[in-house]
Amino acid sequence: MSVAVKIADLHFSYAAQTEGKPLKVFDGLDLTIAAGSFVAVLGHNGCGKSTLAKHLNAILLPEGGSVSVFGMDTKDEALLLNIRRTVGMVFQNPDNQMVANVVEEDVAFAPENLGVPSEEIRQRVDDALKAVGMYEYRKHAPHLLSGGQKQRVAIAGVIAMQPQCIVLDEPTAMLDPHGREEVIRTIERLNKEKGITVVLITHHMTEAIRADRVIVMDEGKILIDGTPKEVFTQVELLRGAGLSVPATTQLLYELNKAGCKLPPDALSTEECAQALYAMLKA
Amino acid sequence: MLKDITLGQYFPGDTVIHRLDPRTKLLMVIIYIVALFLCKWFVSYAVALLFLVTAVALSKIRPKALFKGLKPLLIIIIFTAVLNLFYTDGTVLVKFWIFQITREGIINAVFLVLRIMLLVMGTFLLTYTTSPIALTDGLESLLSPLKKLHFPVHELAMMMSIALRFIPTLIEETDKIISAQKARGADFETGNIFRRAKALIPILVPLFVSAFRRADELATAMECRCYHGGKGRTKLKQLRYRRRDVLTLLLGAALLSGVIVMRHFGL
Repeated sequence: MSVAVKIADLHFSYAAQTEGKPLKVFDGLDLTIAAGSFVAVLGHNGCGKSTLAKHLNAILLPEGGSVSVFGMDTKDEALLLNIRRTVGMVFQNPDNQMVANVVEEDVAFAPENLGVPSEEIRQRVDDALKAVGMYEYRKHAPHLLSGGQKQRVAIAGVIAMQPQCIVLDEPTAMLDPHGREEVIRTIERLNKEKGITVVLITHHMTEAIRADRVIVMDEGKILIDGTPKEVFTQVELLRGAGLSVPATTQLLYELNKAGCKLPPDALSTEECAQALYAMLKA
Repeated sequence: MLKDITLGQYFPGDTVIHRLDPRTKLLMVIIYIVALFLCKWFVSYAVALLFLVTAVALSKIRPKALFKGLKPLLIIIIFTAVLNLFYTDGTVLVKFWIFQITREGIINAVFLVLRIMLLVMGTFLLTYTTSPIALTDGLESLLSPLKKLHFPVHELAMMMSIALRFIPTLIEETDKIISAQKARGADFETGNIFRRAKALIPILVPLFVSAFRRADELATAMECRCYHGGKGRTKLKQLRYRRRDVLTLLLGAALLSGVIVMRHFGL
């Protein structure tokens, strides 16, 4: 199993805005992410999720400790372009990450920056747009697309770099449920079919359930780390970190507290319904 | 109301004019403007008019759209025409009170109106048939010799295309802010001009704050996508001069030299 991201003893703090102490975010964080995995990072606001994301492609550099992605140390300036092309980043607001006013021109932006020859850019743009299911919209103006479509174009813009890892910083926070589903399904497909490592930072438990591994952060530290089933059964711990649990877990947890004997790790709606059905039948 | 802003409006199409290289079209507009200023008499104006009419016909742009572009300039056109009409010395035709209309005045006024109209419509034909991206690409390519003088050509082109990209986004945002302020009881419609100007402050402040935030996020996103200036950058759509571009430019050269020759003969 090769390693995509290796963070060792990461220290980081933001300089104070006004007079006062700098804001400490990380005080010795260790994390390893396997290549090809789908990792969801959860945590309430200000727990350091976005700061962590920005360390993965050298937008921020560690003050202490080290961050390496696919064997490249992010502190090495000579590797900067290589790191950024290997680890793509998608942000929350799709409007603020588009540079061109035609979809295909926007997707071409990264390969253009990398100096890829024209014919290959064409190929990459077409492939990337097909991978996110936006090929028919290649001539459209981005501001006429829906939120979910815009975010898929933003993902295509990253895929055109042919990255090995994509970091998504709350990509669905500004979308409606329909757009959210579109984006998550796209991410899932990229992970399964293209083997791209995905780090999904999110607020939504329903999205985190679909990852292979869930990391819950609190105050710059890793609170829980495991498969969705392992993580979401720890209801008290999650609530302590200011997080809600998925509705299914919530229901099973409350029923179990009331004396029922249900499996607490039935996360998906179907599993949960099955468990309830089995109990009622018995 | 804000939706009506037609800055650099573009009518997509697939005609000869649309397919011309943007650099050719830019050069042609410059040639055409120079030619217009060299026109001396009706014959050369007629040639210039014919040239534009042919181009418009080829582009399949509705002439109505071109005239619409003239509307904001109507006052300027009328003003200059009237000034020329009354303040040109020569053979007096009509005289009343302190005003006099001369033969030369009428001719001058007609020429000036023709010149302004043709100039504006020629320029509009460029923006109507060239996408903003192609236009900035063309500009960047035409100005690229200035790079040797350390003139930031790529940066300017980048700024221009980002500005164009964000016009609809910021218009949408302005509409949203106006609605939000109206919902809080703001009044933009009554009062004198100072009052109304003051009423704009609660729109402009949030708009600017948001624009700066957007700029910051965009800069990070661009860095994440490996943007590092114009050095070593390639293009999805390479600009290439084709035969039709050469022919068009030859036609432009013919127009310019024709007008110069006609000027010599006072035509």
